[in-house]
Amino acid sequence: MLKILKYSFYDLMRSRWSYVYFAFYLLLGIVLLFLNNDLSKAVITLMNVIIVLVPLIGTIFGVMYYYNSQEFTELLLAQPIKRSSIFLGQYLGVALSLSMSLILGLGIPFVFYGLFESSAIWDFSLLLITGTFLTLIFTALAFNIALSNENKIKGFGYAILLWLFLAVIYDGLFLMTLIMFEDYPLDKLSLIGTMLNPIDLSRTLILLKLDISALLGYTGAVFKQFFGTSFGLIVSFVMLTFWVVMPVLRIVFKSKKKDF
Amino acid sequence: MVTIQNLHKKFGKNQVLSGVDLNISEGGIFAILGPNGSGKTTLIKSVLGMVIPNKGDITVLGENIKKNSEYRHKIDYLPQIANFPSNLRVKELIKMIKDLRKPTDEDQRLIELFRLEPFLDKKLGNLSGGTKQKVNLVLTFMFDSPLVILDEPTTGLDPISLIRLKDLIKAEKAKGKTILITSHIMSFVEEISDEIVFILEGKIYFKGPISELKTKTNQPDFEHAIASILTDNHA
Repeated sequence: MLKILKYSFYDLMRSRWSYVYFAFYLLLGIVLLFLNNDLSKAVITLMNVIIVLVPLIGTIFGVMYYYNSQEFTELLLAQPIKRSSIFLGQYLGVALSLSMSLILGLGIPFVFYGLFESSAIWDFSLLLITGTFLTLIFTALAFNIALSNENKIKGFGYAILLWLFLAVIYDGLFLMTLIMFEDYPLDKLSLIGTMLNPIDLSRTLILLKLDISALLGYTGAVFKQFFGTSFGLIVSFVMLTFWVVMPVLRIVFKSKKKDF
Repeated sequence: MVTIQNLHKKFGKNQVLSGVDLNISEGGIFAILGPNGSGKTTLIKSVLGMVIPNKGDITVLGENIKKNSEYRHKIDYLPQIANFPSNLRVKELIKMIKDLRKPTDEDQRLIELFRLEPFLDKKLGNLSGGTKQKVNLVLTFMFDSPLVILDEPTTGLDPISLIRLKDLIKAEKAKGKTILITSHIMSFVEEISDEIVFILEGKIYFKGPISELKTKTNQPDFEHAIASILTDNHA
């Protein structure tokens, strides 16, 4: 698996898109620091961007990479390599190179701005960790979609829909449910609702850490009340890990049964 | 060498293989023939483990291939359409496949044989179809495995390369290897193969030497013998 990972990673490192993605974060980091002139505020703004953008890029890159390397995958399948190694290697290659672009692209400007002397370092690390989690989750989901759809257009369509649903529509539905049932106790429902969407979960996680949960209104209050900050953090991370493990398991399972 | 028992494969509603029984003995060249869509590639891919059969057992060199990937060390496979990652150079691809399988020096001889030296530093995306097929052949033959599977090996090759390929296949056979070939070029098949396996509607219709097929169908030459099977069964 490590060999496949190595080649996928090198392959992506040579592709133009990894650099575009890296350059974008570099620029974003610099501009935000320049405009905000304050590390903590820049972290909050960044969060809003990352929470939406990272899943989108992860989804699109994942689907694109899978379809582009399809013929090569067939070549690998005829070699004495386990199927799970091929697909996990490719998946990790994509997810890790994307995570690297994110970490380096944002890390470099923040480090130069004096991150290590600042109190925002933990908030910033948390931001990068959740960003990495989101990359792992959404690339895995994208691989799942691509594995299940031979038709590229359909695959792309479903991938975009998935992103749209989790990033936008889910929140809308969630909010509507809360308003519709506002006469009932909704603490548990909103808690579960947040857990079930990795994007919401990441957002809540960062906001809790930033101690500005009042901004979040209901969900944040519930989270704070139920878990207290550190327990909530652990539960959220467990949930995020779960969100990575489930689709990865399905990649292994699905790839074993597929015909090429 | 290869034993296939009661192999069934369905793609959606399309039943491609329905009960294939086949026993390929060790040594010799076996041509797998059949009309378009008869399941030749599916059969080959089942042996390689790329297609998972619905029913049936396949053993390669005594090993059951189910949930196994190690047996592929003993197989060299030439895929039908050579589509390689386009931003990789020929040299890099060869190095990479060697790294994934095992080290070998055989590639040098094959690169010379197919005159590929000028292309080694070119990207695979910029190669012509025939040159890609030659790279494909180098990748296939460089490992010296006891079982060689070639899916349409002649595609895109010029006459000189075709002669070289035939010599190469004969040389491999002389080493005692088992070679499975699919092809639509009847003259190529007739010249090179020891036995043919004819697939029709998902079943083995005929297996044996070409001379036997000619007597069975009462036709003087191979091409007509094949044609008569097809007309008899589709008339």
